[in-house]
Parts: sequence; structure tokens; C-alpha cells
Amino acid sequence: MKSATTWLRSHFVVIAGLGTLAYLILPNVVVTVFSFNNPTGRFNYAWQEFSLDAWKDPCGVADMCGSLSLSLQIALWSTIGATVLGTAIAFAMVRYRFRGRGAVNSLIFLPMAMPEIVMAASLLALFLNMGIQLGFWTILIAHVMFCLSFVVAAVKARVLSMDPRLEEAARDLYAGPVQTFLRVTLPIAAPGIAAGALLSFALSFDDFIITNFNSGNTVTFPMFVWGSAQRGTPVQINVIGTAMFVIAVLVVLAGQMVANRRKKAQPK
Amino acid sequence: MTAPATLPEVAVSAEPPVHKPSLKKRLVPYWLLLPGILWLLVFFVLPMIYQASTSVQTGSLEEGFKVTWHFQTYWDAFTEYYPQFLRSLLYAGTATALCLLLGYPLAYLIAFKAGRWRNLLLVLVIAPFFTSFLIRTLAWKTILADGGPVVDVLNTVGFLDVTSWLGMTEGDRVLATPLAVVCGLTYNFLPFMILPLYTSLERIDTRLHEAAGDLYARPATVFRKVTFPLSMPGVVSGTLLTFIPASGDYVNAELLGSTDTRMIGNVIQSQYLRILDYPTAAALSFILMAIVLVMVTIYIRRAGTEDLV
Repeated sequence: MKSATTWLRSHFVVIAGLGTLAYLILPNVVVTVFSFNNPTGRFNYAWQEFSLDAWKDPCGVADMCGSLSLSLQIALWSTIGATVLGTAIAFAMVRYRFRGRGAVNSLIFLPMAMPEIVMAASLLALFLNMGIQLGFWTILIAHVMFCLSFVVAAVKARVLSMDPRLEEAARDLYAGPVQTFLRVTLPIAAPGIAAGALLSFALSFDDFIITNFNSGNTVTFPMFVWGSAQRGTPVQINVIGTAMFVIAVLVVLAGQMVANRRKKAQPK
Repeated sequence: MTAPATLPEVAVSAEPPVHKPSLKKRLVPYWLLLPGILWLLVFFVLPMIYQASTSVQTGSLEEGFKVTWHFQTYWDAFTEYYPQFLRSLLYAGTATALCLLLGYPLAYLIAFKAGRWRNLLLVLVIAPFFTSFLIRTLAWKTILADGGPVVDVLNTVGFLDVTSWLGMTEGDRVLATPLAVVCGLTYNFLPFMILPLYTSLERIDTRLHEAAGDLYARPATVFRKVTFPLSMPGVVSGTLLTFIPASGDYVNAELLGSTDTRMIGNVIQSQYLRILDYPTAAALSFILMAIVLVMVTIYIRRAGTEDLV
């Protein structure tokens, strides 16, 4: 009995950590399992019997795949917008000393330090006062706005850890500013930019609170799921959820494999 | 190292040792900043100003709203909804504490003990970000369903007796109680706690652990005196990244709770989108913002870390 307690004590971190991981993954397991359910009634909350119907016909629910493609489009455009704007800001912040740096810094920090609902509500106040029609464009504007700060943080972290002597070396070797940027700076900053882009894609695709306030009658995928929680959840929602989880894991793993291979290929 | 003989000498000597950057060069950072900062000014700062003006308007949807500097709205909104404010802070605070308690071992595990499993564990922490969080929150409805295996186990071990005594549950059900809402909040914001913790733990030089061990510190002492203090930046940013969004959340309270668990987010949402009482909604969201900013400022002062980004 005593050996059991010492074993528990020495493996406490592993057990507790894996417990937390189980807590994190449990809903994904449930989503996956219930994507094979054949529910009776409108709600897919209780297990009935195994069925592949939903997987065979993922778009069989009215409006769901339309909302999915709308969400993907918005996520794509807001990722592009936020990444371009955010990367430029990050470079300016790290590489240049200029007036008003502190003010710019807090302006970028504030959107992350504010409950999402405050930003959502204030944007709605702006759009209402200006009489702007809510829809695709207001969603896009909002998404670029809140993704921006996260891109800046990700790119900044990477550029900060970058050795400025590499760029000096490039200049010493007669590379022009454009050449230096494209062939030295950008490739080194790329992982940070990619991380920022990936993060903003995920944030935008998944955003509910800000979209809920500023979408008008436009239905993104999270809005569709929200509505279905009241009307009845089709099994196809679980199919999409499962597919997104699998794709995300594959994409991240593939990215890491590429990074690992590159690391190995580099001479030490 | 020998310089290549072909190096043109003119180019080297033509470069003055110190030179003042030209005006064009000095403007570069401003051109880089301009589009992004403009975006934030127009779609983040300006909306705040509009919301401030909305909060001091009176009127109705039919007749239109006018700025009348009616500050009474703030007081009325606060006195009417202070239970929801308190509840939000209580739920968000509890969820943050639970996130720290649950997230720390996992972050520690990934940073120090995972070895070659590190990347896989990190992926498993991040991957839920990419699955719609609404779908996952709905999954908790299934997990916590009345009479389901989870609730049965909690009942058998007497957990629900403790939580009922604390007022977190009622009878033998979890769904539609404060416990379900806190469980959902904890779950949804856990990755925001784990990632900063992991980043700051990973930076710690493990030789410090060895040094502490060589000086006869027991593992618990090493953790208390070395590891935990060095992970403080992660603890601070993790708790902020959890507490701030959790305090304004209304999704968990709506999907997993009942009318008795409504948080301030639910009130703001229904005032803005259903009742259409814009001044009250604007005042409420400013009060929430003020409370959060004050708490965060005090907390950061106390914790002593200013550089968070």
C-alpha cells in the first residue's frame, strides 16, 4: 500500500496532466461518437443506434453547408487582412524607434484585454449609429479588427528572437533592402507569420460573440450551430466537428514534420 | 578570414561611418503602422466613443435616441443587474482558479516530462481551437445529462452533496446549475491558460532544478521556490486570458445553465439584440469594461509583471 502512494506521488504530474488532457479531449470524443448516432427526435443528445447516414450526406441539412462555406470565406479574408496589417505593425514595433510607440503598443494590447462582448457591442453601436447594413462586410471588418492584435503578438515574438546581424550580413553582401527583406527577413519571420495567420483563421472561423452582434441576418457556421441548439441539432453538425478536429490535427502534425525535417537538414 | 580580393574599395570608403537617416527612411515605420492602426482607430476606438454616446442617450426605438447626458442610466443599470455582475465575476473567478489548478500539471508535463510526446500533446491542446467551440460546448450537454454516467459517478462519490452544500448544484442534476456553467467556462478557456504556462515553463533552465536538488531542496520545495516563481509571467497572462473573456461570456451560461445562472453577458446580449434598449446595454458593457480593467490593473500591479505581450 505504501509503494502505491509513493508511486502516485512520484507520478503525480503525469497523472494530473493526463487527467486534464482527458477533460480537454472528452467533448471531442463525444462529438465524434455522436456523429455516428441515429437520433430519434430533433436533438442529438442521447445515444440511439450506430448509423453512417450523416457521414454519407454531410450537407443533407438545409443551410448548414452554406453557412460553413461563408465562415470559411470570412476566415480566409480576415486572415489575409489581419496577417498583412499585423505583420507590418509587428515589424515597425520591433525594428524602429519612433514617437508614440507606447500609445501604439497599448492600442494593440487593448483589444486582447477587453471582454469580447464589449467590443462586439461597441461595434454594433457604431454600425447602428452610422446606419450601416449588417452582414458579410461588417463581420469581416470585425474579424480583421480582433485578429490583428494576435497576429502582431505572434509575429513580434518571432522577430524579437531574430538575430539582426543576419540582415546586416545580407547588406554587407550587397543585398538591396528589398532583397534583404525577401530573402533573409521574411523566411526567418515566416514561422511567426504562419502562427499568427493560423491563429487568426481559427479565431475568425470559430468566433461567435462578435459575429452574433454584427451579422444581422447573415448566418455563419457558429451562428448556425447556435440556432440549432434551440431548434434541434442535426447529426451533421457532429460530422463537421469531427472532420475539423481531424483536419486540424493533421495540418498541425504535417507542419511540425516539415519543421523537423528542415531542422535536421540544417548543418550544425 | 580573408576578404575577397575583388571587393570594390570605393564602396567601402564611400559609406560614411555615422549617417542620419533620410526623411524617407524615418517615415518607414509610420507607413508600416498606418493601415493597421487606422483599422484599430476606426473599428475599435471610434466604436467605443459611439457606445459612450449611446450610453447617455434617452429615447425609444420608434422615436429615435438622442444624447441627453442621462448618466442615471448607469446607476439604474448597475443597481438592477448587480446580481448578474457578481455572478459573472464569481463564475469567471472560479473557472480561472480551476483552469490554473488543472492547467498547471499539464503544462508542466508537456514542458519537462513529455520528451518525444511533447509535440503530440501540444497538438492535442491546440486542436480543439479548430473545432467549433459551440459544438464542443453542446457536447457537454450530453456528458452532463441527467442520469448519465458522469452524473452517476459524481453522485456516488458524494461530490454532488458537497457542491449542493456550496450552492453549485441542486439535487442530483448538474445540467442547468452553476456547476455546469463553471465546468463549461473552465473547459473553454483551459487552452488559454495552458499555452502561456507552457511557454514560460519551457524557458526555465532545468539546471536550476538540479542545483536546487543538489542543495538538498525536496521536490515540493524546488517547485515552490524555483519553478513556480519563474513561471509567474505565464501564470499572470494565463489567468488574464482566462478571466477576461470568461467574465463577458454568455454562451456557456445560455447553453449549459438556466435563467438562474444568467451572467452579465447574457443581459447585455438580450438588451442589445432582443429588448433593443441600447442605452442600458451600452452602459452595462461600459460598467463591465471598467470593472475588468480596474481588476486587471490591480492584479498586474500586485503580480509585478508589466510586460505581457
